[in-house]
Amino acid sequence: MSIKTHAEAAQEFIRDEPRTDWHDETLWFVRQKRDKSVHTLPEWELLRDWASRIKNHTLSNLDHYLKSFENNAIANGIKIHWASDAEEHNRIIYKIIADNKVCKIVKSKSMLTEECHLNEYLKDRGINTLDTDLGEYIVQLRKEAPSHIVLPAIHLKRQDVSETFHEHLNTEKGNYDPQYLAASARHHLRERFIEADLAITGVNFAVAESGSFVVCTNEGNADMGVHSANIHVACMGIEKLIPKTEHLGVFLRLLARSATGQPITTYSSHFYKPRPGQQMHIVIVDNGRSRQLGRADFRNSLKCIRCAACFNTCPVYRRSGGHSYHSTVAGPIGSILNPNLDMKANSDLPFASTLCGSCSNVCPVKIDIHDQLWKWRQVVVANGYVGKAKKAGMHGAAWILSNPRIYRISGKIGRWVMRTFPFIINHPLNVWYKQREMPKAPELSFRDWFKVNQ
Amino acid sequence: MEAREKILQAVTANKPDLIELPEMDLSQAVRYSNLVEQFMNVLKASGADTFFENSGNLLVTDIDSVKQQGDFMINLLEKDERQEWEELTASELKGLDTCYIRAQLGVAENGAMWISEEQMSNRLLPFICQHLVIVLDPADIVDNMHQAYQQIKTGHNGFGVFIAGPSKTADIEQNLVIGAHGARSLRVYVI
Repeated sequence: MSIKTHAEAAQEFIRDEPRTDWHDETLWFVRQKRDKSVHTLPEWELLRDWASRIKNHTLSNLDHYLKSFENNAIANGIKIHWASDAEEHNRIIYKIIADNKVCKIVKSKSMLTEECHLNEYLKDRGINTLDTDLGEYIVQLRKEAPSHIVLPAIHLKRQDVSETFHEHLNTEKGNYDPQYLAASARHHLRERFIEADLAITGVNFAVAESGSFVVCTNEGNADMGVHSANIHVACMGIEKLIPKTEHLGVFLRLLARSATGQPITTYSSHFYKPRPGQQMHIVIVDNGRSRQLGRADFRNSLKCIRCAACFNTCPVYRRSGGHSYHSTVAGPIGSILNPNLDMKANSDLPFASTLCGSCSNVCPVKIDIHDQLWKWRQVVVANGYVGKAKKAGMHGAAWILSNPRIYRISGKIGRWVMRTFPFIINHPLNVWYKQREMPKAPELSFRDWFKVNQ
Repeated sequence: MEAREKILQAVTANKPDLIELPEMDLSQAVRYSNLVEQFMNVLKASGADTFFENSGNLLVTDIDSVKQQGDFMINLLEKDERQEWEELTASELKGLDTCYIRAQLGVAENGAMWISEEQMSNRLLPFICQHLVIVLDPADIVDNMHQAYQQIKTGHNGFGVFIAGPSKTADIEQNLVIGAHGARSLRVYVI
């Protein structure tokens, strides 16, 4: 089965115009909340600068920090596992489950486990994993993927959620009240937390000097699972490290404000040691990250703290939806991370952008996202992963634009064609005509006009 | 240990030249003229009920009224009660209605309150209760997170959490719903 390209999937997404408008406006509203929250801190730009430089430093000394994190965590009674790739990550978790002979598993939001397709891996081995973040729970019931890393069900309307819950939780048909729907999920999931044997979480920040890690949620689902179950498995990419506890001050101030405009998430849980009788495991995953570290143009994408501010501000994301990116991490940051994971499969993503630069402006750790999008385009083309039509078109354009005389003649012909036979341009096969009105062709080119009027 | 060596080797080979950590002048961070007011305003905006009093009478009334209702409550403000709850499991705590707990510190910029394992005695308590009541000394409110991390002893216990409101979600059409998986309400007494 071939995956639809971003443009093809986006075309389907925008077919429902009111829903597209709603998606666009809702995410823009989240961006505005971010702005409002950011403007309450006069030192915001300074914070971004510190965060960016702390991450730059960490990446430049990452081997040291990984080792020191490992030593300190082991001293705290935490078991450390290392995974080179997604398969190994999944295998490690499966082994923990099998060794302990447990089957009731709850999971809070972790983009890494999504990236590794952990749920599917475990399901193939007869183990069901329950996603407990409300948005993730909804999309899991619908057998969909999250469409946004912070707001996983942002592509859905309350009617969709109501139907899904009616089918799976037997809620009242036609009751669209979010309060009612969320309360039903709470009621149902409480039981699942209480009986859980093993809880899987992500990691927002791992602190090298203390071997500890921080998990942020608004719902309290990570804590409900972890403190109920006897086994906690936390999964983190190697890039989640920060050197010191005091650096948490910088990152926790940036994260929620950038993500949703909240001053901080409801819960910022700091894990140091397992509680008596509890097992605590951390799986440290590479899965292409060390390779990205070696790409000088793209390494600073590893600074990402997954706030999704770049999603919410992106005019392309807002109007094309997360699923169009056919990847766990969608949006502008996904478009610079995913080509590293699989360049061929994700060769369309760096082109899913207008390069307007808004993503880079809101990024709390100052990743030059739009520059990297532009640079990935060149890498993608150099590796031959670009459509024949686009390649031929670009070659043609380059030839015309570098020959002034041919350029002028083509312009003249073009204007004449547009005036005389507009239907040659204004037909559905011309991709530039889609959703656009073609301009009226002027009588003169600017050059000719300037000659007469100067 | 194969993966470990492989990853560390790749990181060592691919990392850029060392970049220095920034010097952070933390005095640049936001300060407030009225810490209590700022702290309570942010918490209110996050969906908490806040009370500021000298006497502690409101808190006493709060505890009495919950007691009278006869619901399962745990009051960690009284030292001798703590031990009792340490060993309780999730299924034993599932009926917990209200939990009273003291925070070590509050942060004015975001309404977050630091609660360490020492105060909660059982890690589940602040999350599994339906209603959480946090008590804080106004002298323990600091301006911002940088000051907070300078004061709290993070590694001292096995677990600690900043709590900044009742649990909530906006996952259904971005409609704010108070009461996701953690406590459904939060009352904060600054005494």
